[in-house]
Amino acid sequence: MKADSNFVRLNSQPHEASSEVQFYWEERPVTARQGDTIAAALLASGIIHTRDTAVSASSRGPFCMMGSCFECRVEVNGELNVQACMRVIEPGISVKRQRS
Amino acid sequence: MLNVDVCIIGAGPAGITAAIDCTKMGSKVVLLDEQPSAGGQIYRSIKKNGHVHGEILGPDYLHGAKLVSEVESTGVQHITEAKVWRVDKDKQVFWSCRGKAQQLQAKRIIIATGALERSFAFPGWTLPGAMMAGASQVLLKTSGLAPKQAIMVGTGPLLYLLAVQLIKTGNAPIAIVDTQASKQYIKASRYWANAIQGRKYIYKGINLLLQIKKAGVKHYHRATDICAYGVDKVEGLSFTCAGKKEVLDAQTILSHIGVVPNVQLTRALELDHSWDPLQRCWRPSLDEHQNTSLSGVAVAGDNSGIGGALVAEYQGHLVACEALYSLGKITKDEWQKSTNTLKQQIKQELVIRPFLDALYSPPQQALTPVDKTIICRCEEVSAGDIRQYTHHSAYGINQIKSFSRCGMGPCQGRYCGQTAAEIIADEANIEVSEVGYFRIRYPIKPLKLGELASLTPTDKSFMQQYKD
Repeated sequence: MKADSNFVRLNSQPHEASSEVQFYWEERPVTARQGDTIAAALLASGIIHTRDTAVSASSRGPFCMMGSCFECRVEVNGELNVQACMRVIEPGISVKRQRS
Repeated sequence: MLNVDVCIIGAGPAGITAAIDCTKMGSKVVLLDEQPSAGGQIYRSIKKNGHVHGEILGPDYLHGAKLVSEVESTGVQHITEAKVWRVDKDKQVFWSCRGKAQQLQAKRIIIATGALERSFAFPGWTLPGAMMAGASQVLLKTSGLAPKQAIMVGTGPLLYLLAVQLIKTGNAPIAIVDTQASKQYIKASRYWANAIQGRKYIYKGINLLLQIKKAGVKHYHRATDICAYGVDKVEGLSFTCAGKKEVLDAQTILSHIGVVPNVQLTRALELDHSWDPLQRCWRPSLDEHQNTSLSGVAVAGDNSGIGGALVAEYQGHLVACEALYSLGKITKDEWQKSTNTLKQQIKQELVIRPFLDALYSPPQQALTPVDKTIICRCEEVSAGDIRQYTHHSAYGINQIKSFSRCGMGPCQGRYCGQTAAEIIADEANIEVSEVGYFRIRYPIKPLKLGELASLTPTDKSFMQQYKD
């Protein structure tokens, strides 16, 4: 999955602990780095389409990365409208594309 | 309820500085911020010993290390991941932290909520893969991520700074599609005296442009008709340059046309705001000490008008002085001496702004996008929709908001309010300042009912009387 990503991960990690964490995207396992937000982890894994809009069901993905635009809303462990750029990855969480 | 002397909202350079000063002088302070660590967007993810990618991010970024280390050493009460959703005029502050709402009562409030990137609404800007340039910089700071095949589009210092940072990661952008128009040089030349006085910024800018050139990044100038294309995700960007239509393939498009004050909270508090014609944005109306129209509420940093990180720091000191004087922690002499010096420093640091504001003013396409452009991303309202409502109704922006739902989604107008106002002004042939702005209501961040209910313990609920 990583080979398809539009983003490159630089070698040294900004986080003190750079261990890997596994979580699930649409039921499939994905590997992230500890300290990543859900949005960063998804983008690093080649997932850029994270939501379908309620009005026209068109595709959207992370846009501002600072909690202001609400474009990156996803479903986390069944909870809707979680801002992916504001929530740090926890091991084993199930993240799903938010559908209209 | 928690009672404090000073509640500071936002832990960027302004908020941090104010919090440190007030804590040092013995005031009871609470610093609230949405992010997991102090620094704001400018110093995002910085540690007291710097950042592993400090070399790439540059010395201006690393300056923030001193500030965040002082937050820790001074013992500032800093509540992280705190989403402020309401501030009352009597200075009660409400926020949510990991799904639970909390409140406090403050004597003074300092609002330091920083800036937002100005929206550059062009056809296709809603496609996954089209992001703001600041978003890419956040990814670099927080997770060491750099886009592989990015086109950068727009204008302004941040665009060039990010381009240089990406070049240093070994992932230079494919191209920079610059929207700056020739007339902006003419307009900026009026402020030549400011440019000379603030020349350290001119040198910095020239240095960035030289590094971009040296790296061989294709730099298109005076681009118009910007349009992203793709099915379900970004596949490329088309634009007109020197009379010729250009089409470039890309996986990521990073747009940027400057930053504007984040006035969401000051608007919701119904404070007075005034239109800044040069920065082309609204800002809270302030006295010379950063005090708002509501006594005891001050603002500091970019949300009081764009000035940058150093100005924010000075303003942080200034509002702290005001707070400490009013709380009786410093004498009138101390207050006068400090504020005079600070006001001088702020004035000096701001001298370059008119030149930069004129040089990097937003392109015409962003102010009056073509009809098919979506301007309200949340409710999918197009520029054409706004024009139609303008023709068929009164010119009130709030009436158009209720008719079209523009600005009624979860972002609450943060990314469409200004564009909507510009379109209405253009259509109705009036000034943007006459159009006004959306009425912002609480909660200023979406709040779940469960979070709201968590403010009242079950045994204190009014529902108790109906028990048994």
